[in-house]
Amino acid sequence: MSHSDELIRLSAAELARRLGRGEVSSVEATQAHLDRIAAVDGAVHAFLHVNAEGALRAAAEVDRARAAGESLGELAGVPIAIKDVLVTEGMPSTSGSKILEGWIPPYDATPVRKVREAGLVPLGKTNMDEFAMGSSTEHSAYGPTHNPWDLDRIPGGSGGGSAASVAAFEAPLALGSDTGGSIRQPAHVTGTVGVKPTYGAVSRYGSIALASSLDQIGPVTRTVLDAALLQDVIAGHDPHDSTSIAEPWPSMAEAVRRADVQGLRIGVVKELDTDGFQAGVRQRFHESLELLERNGAEIVEVEAPNFEHAIAAYYLILPAEASSNLAKFDSVRFGLRVTPQGGGTVEQVMAASREAGFGPEVKRRIILGTYALSAGYYDAYYGSAQKVRTLVQRDFDQAFAKVDVLATPTAPTTAFKLGEKLDDPLAMYLNDIATIPANLAGVPGISLPAGLAPEDGLPVGIQFLAPARQDARLYNVGGALERLLEAEWGGPLIAKAPDLSTHELTATEEGAL
Amino acid sequence: MPEISAEQVAHLANLARIALTEEEIAHLTTELGQIMQAVEQVNQVATPDVPPTSHPIPMQNVFRADVVTDDVLSPEQALSGAPERDGDRFVVSAILGEEQ
Repeated sequence: MSHSDELIRLSAAELARRLGRGEVSSVEATQAHLDRIAAVDGAVHAFLHVNAEGALRAAAEVDRARAAGESLGELAGVPIAIKDVLVTEGMPSTSGSKILEGWIPPYDATPVRKVREAGLVPLGKTNMDEFAMGSSTEHSAYGPTHNPWDLDRIPGGSGGGSAASVAAFEAPLALGSDTGGSIRQPAHVTGTVGVKPTYGAVSRYGSIALASSLDQIGPVTRTVLDAALLQDVIAGHDPHDSTSIAEPWPSMAEAVRRADVQGLRIGVVKELDTDGFQAGVRQRFHESLELLERNGAEIVEVEAPNFEHAIAAYYLILPAEASSNLAKFDSVRFGLRVTPQGGGTVEQVMAASREAGFGPEVKRRIILGTYALSAGYYDAYYGSAQKVRTLVQRDFDQAFAKVDVLATPTAPTTAFKLGEKLDDPLAMYLNDIATIPANLAGVPGISLPAGLAPEDGLPVGIQFLAPARQDARLYNVGGALERLLEAEWGGPLIAKAPDLSTHELTATEEGAL
Repeated sequence: MPEISAEQVAHLANLARIALTEEEIAHLTTELGQIMQAVEQVNQVATPDVPPTSHPIPMQNVFRADVVTDDVLSPEQALSGAPERDGDRFVVSAILGEEQ
């Protein structure tokens, strides 16, 4: 294994340790990841934009500061990939849409500003379903991302680019956004770790809004400790986001380092442990629970009867909020402008621009949201969906009165083939059955690898959910389970992923580059 | 469950300012009907005694002092992505059409 190949396989925590001890420079680490991107991203397509020059400049600045003895953050010098939903100064930000093609924002999103201030090195922007609407990245206007475990399969969505970038060792860390599972479901299908923090834990300022009452920014990594270290960097109150929680957070990294499940009460959600989930997904889920039980956790079954209505409520609330948020794409202040032949009024220009700039899923949801909000239907649809939201919250309250955390499989199946569900929106929406309740209630959730499904050899994730503000409980149970599983496996699951260097040529030959 | 017609979808597209093609309208009319059928189950459990939730974490109004701070965009930054500009102003086409 070459030095560069060794560097890209390190966890962020281990790379940070070596950087801190001067065993490797940030420029070396950054170059190793840029080389990896050049070698495999033609086949994976995790990135929409790679900022090699800016990354090397930022890395050199960290190396200089370290040499000068300046005080640096724990992750200083570690490269990071950024989901294209977050606006970035100096890098295009499209949210996966043609309507924002080439747009370079005049400011950084707060989480981006925080990672830069902590000395992390942004490598570029990752692919996603257009405006985060999707579960497969197939709705990206720039073509799909491919799952590094099997390039013919989806990497999950909407944050398939971020998940694939860490799974393919193109970056040790990435930022994602989770509106209904867009961090956790990609983690599940790519054998990686993804966390949706408590709503309001991380600022949404500069995150191109999908559904404002559901969106949350969070970490995408290969290890639970790395996710904790990244959450510690990006969390915290931001006056620019009025929904940001104005309370201090305990260290998530500490929660991982002290992880212990002795006496922890884990509730299994009965409604999400059914035949509707693939056999191998359920098998790995139950094996993980048994492992936790053998190590002192108490497993109990809990009921959440209203979870079955969560998807329906979600697909009313999300389009309603999205149709309002996406009204900002009016062809006036930024983004695409298309003038109809022979000119037109500002409204005709707007309609032509939105027709040309939005993809089919975005149009579908805007029309759906406009319908759900229209006079005469508002109470029946949007109003009723908001009531279901109350009922889902009550289910969580009742469950958390009995247990410390809840456990579910993260998603019903392993990665499906690209194209398989593209023409069936309702089938696609079912991917998020286990992840949506957390967004409706604002509670935090983590997905971490639970093994490979015996029937297809593809990664399976397990999800834990905790009460609002109790994100540290996720890092405790996640850190403990990861340690126990890796002891059984003899190393991390991601080590079993296929070697992508052999795919590079194939992709080139097929013209996929 | 109200049937969704092509005229309704065309009206919604107009409200949403998207110049959908006839083909898109036809396609969306079918899909919208199917999706609404799948989501209308929310009515079964949303009884009058259940209060609606608009926001997951309860919060009071958030206020700040009404002063301009130094982290606002400059006119140059604000106009940097404009499709068309005239000095410090955004340029748009006519507000009213000829028939108006």
